[in-house]
Amino acid sequence: MKKFINNNDDFLKESLTGFGKAHSGIINVNLDPSFVSRKNKTKDGKVSLISGGGSGHEPMHGGFVGHGMLDAACPGFVFSAPTPDQMQAAAEHVDSGAGVLFIVKNYSGDIMNFQMGAEMYSGKNDSIVTNDDVAVEDSTFTTGRRGVAATVLVEKIVGSLAENSGSLEECKKLGEKVNKNAGTMGVAFTSCTVPAAGKPTFDIGDDEMEFGVGIHGEPGRKREKIQPSKTIVGNILEAILDNLKPEKNQKNLLFVNGMGGTPLTELYLVYEDACQILQSKGVQVTKSLVGNYCTSLEMQGASITLLKCDDEILKHWDSPVHTAAMRWGM
Amino acid sequence: MSVSFLISQAKGVQKVIDENSAEIEVLDQKIGDGDHIFNIQRGLKLVVELEDSIKDLPLAKALNMIAMKVLSGIGGSSGALFGTFFMTLAKSPDLDKDVDFNKACEMIISGIKAMKERGKADVGEKTMMDVLIPVSDKLNELKNESEFKSGLNEVIKIAEERMLSTKDMLATKGRASFLGERAKGHIDPGARSSQLIIDTICKSVINN
Repeated sequence: MKKFINNNDDFLKESLTGFGKAHSGIINVNLDPSFVSRKNKTKDGKVSLISGGGSGHEPMHGGFVGHGMLDAACPGFVFSAPTPDQMQAAAEHVDSGAGVLFIVKNYSGDIMNFQMGAEMYSGKNDSIVTNDDVAVEDSTFTTGRRGVAATVLVEKIVGSLAENSGSLEECKKLGEKVNKNAGTMGVAFTSCTVPAAGKPTFDIGDDEMEFGVGIHGEPGRKREKIQPSKTIVGNILEAILDNLKPEKNQKNLLFVNGMGGTPLTELYLVYEDACQILQSKGVQVTKSLVGNYCTSLEMQGASITLLKCDDEILKHWDSPVHTAAMRWGM
Repeated sequence: MSVSFLISQAKGVQKVIDENSAEIEVLDQKIGDGDHIFNIQRGLKLVVELEDSIKDLPLAKALNMIAMKVLSGIGGSSGALFGTFFMTLAKSPDLDKDVDFNKACEMIISGIKAMKERGKADVGEKTMMDVLIPVSDKLNELKNESEFKSGLNEVIKIAEERMLSTKDMLATKGRASFLGERAKGHIDPGARSSQLIIDTICKSVINN
């Protein structure tokens, strides 16, 4: 393992402290229990949005705390759900009287810990669960689809509504709409190494890729030989379009997300391939996002998310945002 | 069940889990993401470190401190589930009176029931509940017996059989559920760690 690390026990604390210093104009970092909150107190009467999850997906979620997006984020240990006391403390810190909306990715550990946090928090609160990963079959008998990169879009769009006086119910409704209209699928070329493990999470050959990989390096649909980008992107989009079935005149947001170890040069190439393929299928792309937003440590790979947009979604996507990882309009 | 019993069991379980950590880590990497063993080890370390602060406390207070430590110090599914278990134990009635075998069984049965509700998982879904629920059922049969040591040997056997049975299951809950058919052929890491915990505690009770 080659990493910038002093000792494993302090890994997260040191990284969080650095994050706090680097973005001291936007956020505060609280340790024990750990949560990231806005530098400026949430204004009275604004719904507070809190997300969280295991660390190792940076900038998600701490990098999305700030004006127009989250009010707080609770980071767990690397790839492990945060604990209920973090959610409780974050909620008590940011709630300004309009209630708290927890945004949770659909993983068993996250669901359970956020539920317990919500039970421990005495104020008004509600939750939405994201599950955009089309690589996994959905069924009423299983945990269901994973919540992955579209969580970023949910946090941006609902964050804007909350900033513009949306109620708790309205924020939840919009979040569920964005989640329902989004589909994601990822592919990995290499594994990632969890610091505590010291070795790669999975073995993968030099000429292989994991198709449908999860954001923790957990296996996906199948292991395949690597192919040209156009073929990989085509296969990913086929799975997403199969699921979303966008109408001809539908406006869409195309989001190419890096998993941490793939350079932007390649991500833009993926974006170009995706644009061409979507154009040939008559799918209209009106908004874009390209970059490392929902990562898996140093994993090489990318995910593609397509979000079907209506006027409400487009308006809240374009509105100003000022966070460590996403900033426009202000 | 006493505070000193809890401390000595935590130490015993920590030793056995550490000895088997490589195996559990590999199981989790096959069908999960590899965090389970680190979470369990971190939790045990935190509980063992509580010794000085809880050794002179009444049982209910000690259990409550263990619950809070587990809940806030582990994370992931294991933290929520084992935290729920200890919170339930801490809320048991009459903890200021002697906790005999019958009473201890009832507490563990309630604790496992609360874990089942928290995780919304049942037998046959390739999780730690595949081991814990049958163990709870067996304790329910045993709790009123005065000669319980031979019964605990059966608990050990049930835990092992049920742990092995997860190998050929299709996962429908937890991280492994995202794998479909590919999860088959691997024992569930949570089932393995739970079985080791039960095995260690039962053997310690039988030999004392």
